[in-house]
Parts: sequence; structure tokens; C-alpha cells
Amino acid sequence: MTRFAGRPLLNWAALAAAVAALIAVPEFVEIFTLMQFTLFAAMGVLALSLGFIWGYGGILSFGQTAFFGLGGYAYAVSVINLGDSTGAIGIAIALPAVFAAILGYFVFYGRISDVYLGVITLTVTLILFNVVNATAGDEYRIGAAALGGFNGMPSVPTFNMPGNPSMVLDPTQGWYATGGALIFVYVALRLLLRSPFGRIAVAVRENEVRASLLGYDPRLIKLGVFVVGGAVAGLGGALYVNWGAFVSPTIFALSLSAEIIIWVTVGGLGTLIGPVVGCFMIQYLDSQIGTQQTFNSNLALGAILIVFVLLLPQGLIPTLRTLAGRAIAAPSRTAAKTTVAERPAEARQ
Amino acid sequence: MTPPVPLLEARNLTMRFGGVVAVNNIDFTLREVELRCLIGPNGAGKSTFFKMLTGQLTPSAGTIAFRGTPIAGAASHEIARLGIGIKTQVPNVFNGLPVRENVWLAARRRNTPVQAKRLVDEILEKIALTPRADDLVGQLSHGQRQWVEIGTVLAGEPDLILLDEPAAGMTDEETVRTAEIIREINQTRALIVVEHDMQFIKMIAKTVTVFHQGQILMEDKIDAVMHDERVRDVYLGKKVAA
Ligand SMILES: Nc1ncnc2c1ncn2[C@@H]1O[C@H](COP(=O)(O)OP(=O)(O)OP(=O)(O)O)[C@@H](O)[C@H]1O
Ligand SMILES: [Mg+2]
Repeated sequence: MTRFAGRPLLNWAALAAAVAALIAVPEFVEIFTLMQFTLFAAMGVLALSLGFIWGYGGILSFGQTAFFGLGGYAYAVSVINLGDSTGAIGIAIALPAVFAAILGYFVFYGRISDVYLGVITLTVTLILFNVVNATAGDEYRIGAAALGGFNGMPSVPTFNMPGNPSMVLDPTQGWYATGGALIFVYVALRLLLRSPFGRIAVAVRENEVRASLLGYDPRLIKLGVFVVGGAVAGLGGALYVNWGAFVSPTIFALSLSAEIIIWVTVGGLGTLIGPVVGCFMIQYLDSQIGTQQTFNSNLALGAILIVFVLLLPQGLIPTLRTLAGRAIAAPSRTAAKTTVAERPAEARQ
Repeated sequence: MTPPVPLLEARNLTMRFGGVVAVNNIDFTLREVELRCLIGPNGAGKSTFFKMLTGQLTPSAGTIAFRGTPIAGAASHEIARLGIGIKTQVPNVFNGLPVRENVWLAARRRNTPVQAKRLVDEILEKIALTPRADDLVGQLSHGQRQWVEIGTVLAGEPDLILLDEPAAGMTDEETVRTAEIIREINQTRALIVVEHDMQFIKMIAKTVTVFHQGQILMEDKIDAVMHDERVRDVYLGKKVAA
């Protein structure tokens, strides 16, 4: 058991460290690296979305990029039409959330089994890819925004100061916005998991039958979790498009969908920080391998996954926690408790 | 004068699994705040009956009314919300969550956070698991998990409580304690208790319903049931022999 005194204090310290890192990073790294970190942070939000629905809702979606891509396109189309990124970000969150609500309604209320949930999310992602891919002609425009089919939409306006389109964020500010969004989403999900809704969601994941015998509707709870995941992925999509000022159908790529699953598995299912760590680590490795020609990066990624599944099936963070718990638990048996939401992964040991 | 609406009323209730008729056309009525014991040999259909009452199975035929509201085939959470709680035969708890969280999840649905917390503390005392409140349920003994489930059912404050073999896996001491708790609950709530342990049944029972091959063999005061030839034949006699 990984219970040790001072856990809440540790959480505050970790949050302070994250904010400090957010502020300090631009002082220490080159612009190129800063841009890279900005990309990692945007992807970190995507990782959190799957880490949340899979780790805490028990919902394994193979199509988290569907919401990510929808968010990206919603942002691009809205910001071109509105001329201001403030509302566009809101739309990039809301539209995937609504889409997740509709899709989730059919999946959960139709009592579709977990396996088919994977198949359906995968299929929906493929459909979205193909639909958007086919919008090459000039007749496919939404307001002022031409969708551009497989060519995508170039020069998408990037973030501006809230409500002030004339003040476009520079790369450093873009890093603050993206990294800040990652920290914000992390904290928000953490709080959500402490709320009654979050605790009931974990209960549904633990034992659906018992939850319903207590009067909770598992379908509704799972739908709620799924919608939150869709909204978070949508935000990730907006952050990603802002980073590149560009969006194309590859945002719906299945390879990315698979990669998110690897991030979560490697970092640790059933934690929130694990998926983010997994995401940063693998993307960093990926970029390092990419700069030299010896290895194929997909091969390396596959090798990493196999190593983790075989040697650290719990993932990185839960394993580290167990080790830290062992080291600290011995001297302080009457330790303070962690909240339930923080330790479902070890609970399933 | 119209007779009062019974708490629970099942009519012509039937459950078929392919060729097996697990529950065969039974009628069953329970008054408000009644305590009823269900006995019968293995496979008699007792658990199947409970599963139909709690929405885990949709009856093949027949009706169930809870205070006049039809519930046959309704979803489990809807039935739970009407006020039926169940401790299932196989422990059915949140193994990966702490004891306190298990009970809290049940208490929270009908209570404010402050009330829920108080209720949880009360129930943890009652089931004597306060010292283990923060341990994961999966780490407890079988008997203790039974207690957690009973505590969870109590925390939901249902008006009808179904207990499927509550004393199984408990020590003699715990069995006596369970009987005490059942009598205490019965001051304000109705219960149906399935149990094979006749000593235990004697501690709590007034009226007993005997299931046999999916049907109700008889329904009477405990003494009459204990001395009935047919019941001895199909159930009690075999138990003594076994
Ligand atoms: N899901 C199912 N599918 C097929 N047959 C079933 C199913 N559930 C129960 N049965 C059968 O229905 C009959 C009644 O089973 P049930 O579990 O209700 O008996 P019981 O009275 O609770 O017995 P016990 O005292 O052993 O718990 C048995 O013959 C059982 O094999
Ligand atoms: Mg049974």
C-alpha cells in the first residue's frame, strides 16, 4: 500500500513545482525546444483525456483522436470566422463534448459491450478522417473557412489575448497558455475525482452491478465521464492546432489513437500524472530518435511498449509509488490517507 | 374498506432459463415492516427470486409491485431508488475501494454530505469495522466483506432489505450479532432473509416461506414449518442427513 504522511502537502508541492517549471522553462531553453514542449503539453491534454475515461471510467476508447480532431477543426473554423480565439476555444471544447454525448448515448444506453465500444470509437474516427479528407473542393466551406480536404487548413490564426484579437500570443506566451491549460485540466480532473460524481464514477468502474443496486445509473455515469473526456480531448485539439497554426485530416490518425493508449499504459493507468509523464517521455524519445537515422521510431515505440507491458505492467507512476510507499510506509504506519480517486490502480492489484 | 396496499406483491412470477424453470408461477406477498425468512434446498430458486425483485433479471412472466408500483423488468437503479436494497449471495462490494468509501457510496445518494458522513460513522460502528475503515475491502476476510455489504445495504436506508445468506462464512459470534442487527432493522423496515442455517432462522423468524423446485411448498409460522412432513422430506431431513 502506498500510503504515507503528508500526501496533501506533497500534492501542493507538486503543483507549485509544476507552475514554477511552467514559468521558468522559457528562461532556460531555446525557442525550438520551447515549441517542442508546447507540443508535448498539448498532447499531454489529450493523454489526460484518455487517462481519465480509461483509468477512472473503465472506458477504453480507441478513438480519442475523434474528439481531438473535432476540437482542432472546430477551433480552426471558428477562429477564422470569429477572428478571435477566445470563443473559438470554447467551441473547440463544446462541440466534441456534444458529439461525445450523442455517441456515448448510443453506446452506453444501447448496452453495447466494451469490445464494441472500442470498435465503434475506432470506426467513428475512421469515418471522420474520410469525411474531412473528402472536403477538398471550394464548395466545402463553413463561413469564411475552407476545409481544404486532405490538404488541410493552412495559416489558422493562433491564440490571442482573451477578447483582444489584435494581441496575438508570441511563442513564449503560447507555451504559458498551453502548459497552463495542461496544469489547469489536471487540477480540474483531480477535483472532479474528489467530487461525488468522480467517486461514483470510480465505483461504477469497480463494480457496475453493485453501483446500480445502490441506485446509481451506470449508463449515465459513464456517459458523463465520456463527455468530460471528449471535452478535454477537444481542448487538446485546439491547443495542437494553435501550436502548428495548421490542421489536416491526419489529426484523426489512428496511429495517434494507438499512441495515446501507449502513453497511458507506459505512464500508468489509473493515475492522472502517469499519462502525462508517459506522453512527454515517449514524445521526447520519439523526437530524439527522429533526429538520427539509425532507428525507426515506430520500432522503438513498439519496443518500449513491450518492455513496459512485460516488466512494468502497472506503468511507471504506480510502480514508483509502490516503491516510494514501501520506503516510507515502514517508519510511519499510522499514515494519513490518500483519497480514493488517487489509487484505483493499486487497488486493482 | 379496501385492504392496505402490501409492501411487496408478486403474482404468477416465473423465470425460465432455457429449459430450466428456476421460479415457477409463484405468488408472494409481504406487509410493511414484515420479517420473512425464505428457506429451501439448493437450486430452489431463492436467489433467482431476489434477482427478479432487484431488476437483475427480467421475469419471463408475472408481475411484481412494490407499494403498488410495478417493478418487474425495471432497471436495478430505479428499483433501488424506490427503496429495495440487497445483500447478494456472492459478496458484491467494491473490492478496490476502502470500507468507508463502500458505505459512503450507499449513504450519499439520499443524504447531504454532512448527514452521509454521520450515517457512515454510525454504520461502521454497527458493523464493528471502524478500525478497518480505511482498508481496502478486498483485503478483508470473507466474513468481514459480508459485513461491509450489510453495512452498505443499511446505508442506503431501503424500506425493504433482501439478505441472501447473510450468515454464510460468519463465525458463531458474528451469526448471533447478525441476528441481533436483523431484529433491530426490523423495528422500522421490512426484510426477506434467505438462509440455510436453521439455528439462525430460529433466532429471527416469525413467518417462513419454503421454496422447492421453483415453487412455494408452504408458508407458515416457523414452528409449523419445522414440523411439517413435506418440508422435512425435501429440505430439513436432507440437511440433518448431510
Ligand atoms: N443465469 C442462469 N442461467 C441458467 N440457469 C440458472 C441461472 N441462474 C440460476 N439458474 C438455475 O436456476 C435454479 C435456481 O437457482 P437459484 O440460484 O435461484 O437457487 P437458490 O435457491 O438460490 O439455491 P442456493 O441455496 O444454492 O443458493 C438452479 O437450477 C440454477 O441452476
Ligand atoms: Mg441462492
